[in-house]
Amino acid sequence: MLVMRGAAAAAGGRTLWSGVDLEVGAGEFVAVLGPNGAGKSTLVKVALGLLPLTAGSVELLGRPAGSSSRRVGYLPQRRSFDPGLAVRGRDVVRLGLDGHRWGVPFPLLLAGRRREREARTRVGEVVDLVGASAYADRPIGSLSGGEQQRLLIAQALVERPEILFLDEPLDSLDLPNQAAVASLIGGICRDSGVAVVMVAHDVNPILGQLDRVVYIAGGRVAAGSPHEVITSETLSALFSTPIEVVTTSDGRLVVVGEPEAPEVHGGRHGHEHR
Amino acid sequence: MSALAHLVAATAPARHAVLGPGAHLPHGAPPPVLGANLVSDLHELFAYHFMVTALAAGTVVAVLAAAVGWVMVLRRQSFAGHTLAVVGFPGAAGATLVGLPIAVGYFGACVAAALVIAAVPRGRAGSSRGAESAVTGAVQAFALAAGVLFVNLYNGFLNGVDALLFGSFLGITDSQVWALTAVAVGALALLVLLGRPLLFASVDPDVARARGVPVRALSLAFVVLLGVAVAAASEITGSLLVFALLVMPAAAAQQVTARPGLGLVLSVALGLLVTWSGLAVAYFSIYPSGFYLTSFGFAVYLVAAGVRGVSEARSRRVAALGRGA
Ligand SMILES: Nc1ncnc2c1ncn2[C@@H]1O[C@H](COP(=O)(O)OP(=O)(O)OP(=O)(O)O)[C@@H](O)[C@H]1O
Ligand SMILES: [Mg+2]
Repeated sequence: MLVMRGAAAAAGGRTLWSGVDLEVGAGEFVAVLGPNGAGKSTLVKVALGLLPLTAGSVELLGRPAGSSSRRVGYLPQRRSFDPGLAVRGRDVVRLGLDGHRWGVPFPLLLAGRRREREARTRVGEVVDLVGASAYADRPIGSLSGGEQQRLLIAQALVERPEILFLDEPLDSLDLPNQAAVASLIGGICRDSGVAVVMVAHDVNPILGQLDRVVYIAGGRVAAGSPHEVITSETLSALFSTPIEVVTTSDGRLVVVGEPEAPEVHGGRHGHEHR
Repeated sequence: MSALAHLVAATAPARHAVLGPGAHLPHGAPPPVLGANLVSDLHELFAYHFMVTALAAGTVVAVLAAAVGWVMVLRRQSFAGHTLAVVGFPGAAGATLVGLPIAVGYFGACVAAALVIAAVPRGRAGSSRGAESAVTGAVQAFALAAGVLFVNLYNGFLNGVDALLFGSFLGITDSQVWALTAVAVGALALLVLLGRPLLFASVDPDVARARGVPVRALSLAFVVLLGVAVAAASEITGSLLVFALLVMPAAAAQQVTARPGLGLVLSVALGLLVTWSGLAVAYFSIYPSGFYLTSFGFAVYLVAAGVRGVSEARSRRVAALGRGA
């Protein structure tokens, strides 16, 4: 699905990470972890072809990144809609299905009417799937952050993507909802063989679903199974400072002593959170 | 100079003759009064060619402005729209000054300003959005200054200012109506063609870009489309009234419904309602049509905001009841 070879990326003239080799196969659930500003979102954008690489290569669905946009779902980090935006949640989901097609739906002809019906059914399905039916008809700007997030996950899913990039999808959800959405995404991954690349701050809500972890820190990347990567040795090497990983009695992983993200002069101010 | 002659004919004494009560009637006849008999009043409205022309032009302007305005309000580009409208004023005044047709002035100025506005990258909420409004504001301020200068440079031009700002609804020629209609059909066809990708890029630019929608190009295309629509309408409505027709029906429609298709249709319907009723009432009144159009537009917006308030209060009550049960 996704293949990166010797990849490196830069932002604002500074190399964020380099030497990244990564392969994501069908139905795999991969988490991208790391401190703020490490370049997690950049990794996702590079994979999508929205940002260029400075070295190496990236292939998405067998083609150079950026050329195959149809079968790829994307949920960017922390989008919030203008509170007055007069477009229903359902319409935003629908845009994920046919928003890239020119023109407007033309349901006067028979074929147009059938396509319109199919589109509505599909949108209804994914809205149900993410549990957003109760508020999908309200203007998206009037919904809470968590409600918007569920609808955006539905938008990313609506065209039955083969690979799904989710940038901090659990971000504005409370703990029960984090667990619910994590198991929802895990289920989609297992049942429909969709590959999932998910950026997360906390690995615990998705630990049970994960196949692989990509940990970005200090310009380097460590990849492997969660229990290989999230260990005192690997993380200490990555951060070049002693890190302790503690496993709690209920199986949660707690990282102790994780340092602040490397200081960049003024770089944080330029960090864009849409 | 023919442009100026037309301008002056459409304003000053001629304008009052046209707008004033009974001026179109033979001397001594009583002025038209809005009587109890609506049918005969309507009949009277359509009896004069200039009134039919005004209604036809008003209809085209209302549909064009309401449709383009709906997208403008959705994209939060009302400020850009206002600037394009204001820029038409120095464009038209400058064209008159150098002896060019007024239409050339409107189109030249509006499209040029649209390109300037579009050249600034447009972000979602962040800093680039601020950059856009700063550039837009700068363009607007300069345009007004230039307009005032042109008016001053041209001796005796002051009568025309009125028409440039508030339009010459009742002094429109047939060929103007046809030209307006041609531009409107082209602009609306383009709007339909851009359709969904434009909505996608307006609502959700990040995902749209990832799905291969040319977000920057659409943004440019829309601002130019807005400029063309404003230029075409300004020739009829003047630089100030066009903005009212762009923003009021669209904002009212977006208060009432969050369904894109329905909202667009409602915006056009409200635009027509405002324009027709404004022109009809102005015919029976001594006050200018621009005043009625703007006031009715504002009233429609207030009603829409009221409807929204009531329906939100009701859904809150229903939700509270649901929780209580
Ligand atoms: N356009 C840009 N110009 C300059 N620097 C940038 C730009 N975009 C991102 N950066 C910098 O690149 C670094 C990585 O950004 P990125 O968004 O990938 O971080 P992240 O790992 O996703 O962080 P977070 O956890 O906060 O989302 C940050 O230090 C950011 O300031
Ligand atoms: Mg990020």
